[in-house]
Amino acid sequence: MAYTKRFDSRKFDELRPISAKVGVIPNADGSAMFKIGKTTAYAAVYGPRDLHPKFLQNPSTGILRISYNMMPFSGHGERVRPGASRRSREIAMVTQNALLPVLDLTPYPNSVVDIFIELPQTDAGTRCAGISAAAMALADAGLEMKDLVSAVAVGRVGGTLLADLNYEEEAYKEGSTDIPVAILPNSGKVTLLQMDGFIKQEELKKVLELAKKKCEEIYEVQKKALKEKFKVQK
Amino acid sequence: MKDSLKQKLIEYYKKGLRFDGRKLDEYRKIELKTGVTASAEGSARVKIGKTDLIVGVKMAIEQPYPDTPDKGNLMVNAELMPLSSEQFEPGPPGEEAIELARVVDRGIRESETIDTTKLCIIPGEKVWSIMIDICTINADGNLLDAAALGTIAALKDAKFPKLNKDNTVNYEEKTNKGLPLTNEPIEVTVLKIGDFLIVDPLPQEEKAFDARLTVAVAKDGQLCALQKGGTKPLTIEELDEMVTLAKQKSTMLRKKLQ
Repeated sequence: MAYTKRFDSRKFDELRPISAKVGVIPNADGSAMFKIGKTTAYAAVYGPRDLHPKFLQNPSTGILRISYNMMPFSGHGERVRPGASRRSREIAMVTQNALLPVLDLTPYPNSVVDIFIELPQTDAGTRCAGISAAAMALADAGLEMKDLVSAVAVGRVGGTLLADLNYEEEAYKEGSTDIPVAILPNSGKVTLLQMDGFIKQEELKKVLELAKKKCEEIYEVQKKALKEKFKVQK
Repeated sequence: MKDSLKQKLIEYYKKGLRFDGRKLDEYRKIELKTGVTASAEGSARVKIGKTDLIVGVKMAIEQPYPDTPDKGNLMVNAELMPLSSEQFEPGPPGEEAIELARVVDRGIRESETIDTTKLCIIPGEKVWSIMIDICTINADGNLLDAAALGTIAALKDAKFPKLNKDNTVNYEEKTNKGLPLTNEPIEVTVLKIGDFLIVDPLPQEEKAFDARLTVAVAKDGQLCALQKGGTKPLTIEELDEMVTLAKQKSTMLRKKLQ
């Protein structure tokens, strides 16, 4: 059956309401909160700092280490057991790949930049919210960046192309394709791309164009939140 | 290192002051909000000064323990998340996290805060499990009091999810039925540094203390759990003084729950 009206009555290309805030974790060197719909991500940056165990150290560059975690009460349905899972490890890895292209860690040999992403509440799109939050946290930490990173999931639900799937849409019985995408807003280049489900080649191109447009909107929110923190008090 | 920090703290205490300008028996600003995450059955966010944490309550139907076939299960877990402090490392809960969870657990278990007999669905087969998770967002001292306060607030906020016909849980919908709560213990931690007693410690004070006492005070003023920390011994008179201070502070904290 065709998907003609969204469960939450959004337009097909419409994002859920977004809020973002920078500097939410005073202990961290940089931090941010990014909320899209009910999905809330916190990211904290610690570092560059000494890397232990020592055998992980790279004498030619600093490394980026990501941890992604859903709080035990944040999932749909039952409690999520704490601790790393195969899923969380994979997400941490693709998040690292999504963020690394904007960083230059060569001035910090043998060091690590740690990013911890935590989700207190989720409604799909968690890795994208985590990436958007982490990019702001990196900027807040004062690390030199070539670009920001903005991320959103797009997809095809019941044959209709749309942006920012929520949980109900991701679980849509008559076919759902979920495509998380991260884009460098200034160059338009893609740094995260995954997909679960079916799509035709020409649809993929169309939906990636949509993702690019939507990431530009997210970029504006990220920039505004960053400027808000560093605005000069009059 | 520890001794010079302690000397410095004591100099301040002699003037009746803390590093942040507070009095010895004064808490930082406390903020409490409930219903902070929709995916939990109950939740609360507590801020004490810059300390910030979330407590979530999840419910599930499980088998009862063999020795309590007609009672629901209760579990408290604390995650000292590396996001919240450079002192915390990823991995399974360490000593500090385990003590935190167990002291909060003891406060609510021993005061029979939850009437677990009312959580029984089929004796010996199906009971409600109440799972409490404490997650730190920013750790800046006194996680214990914050976690205990957040736990009571989250339990009060919790609503049972709906049941399907086959007695499985429908997490998408909540009923308006709350947990069977009979008590509201408040935990107050008192630190002894030199000859001084303080409450609501800063991280530096938690590094330099001689002895620590956490007191859980039930609604009627009785004590319902205790935990002494630190290596310095305490006299009975000192303990009594610490309990008096804890009881006095618990009235202020209890007001935050209303």
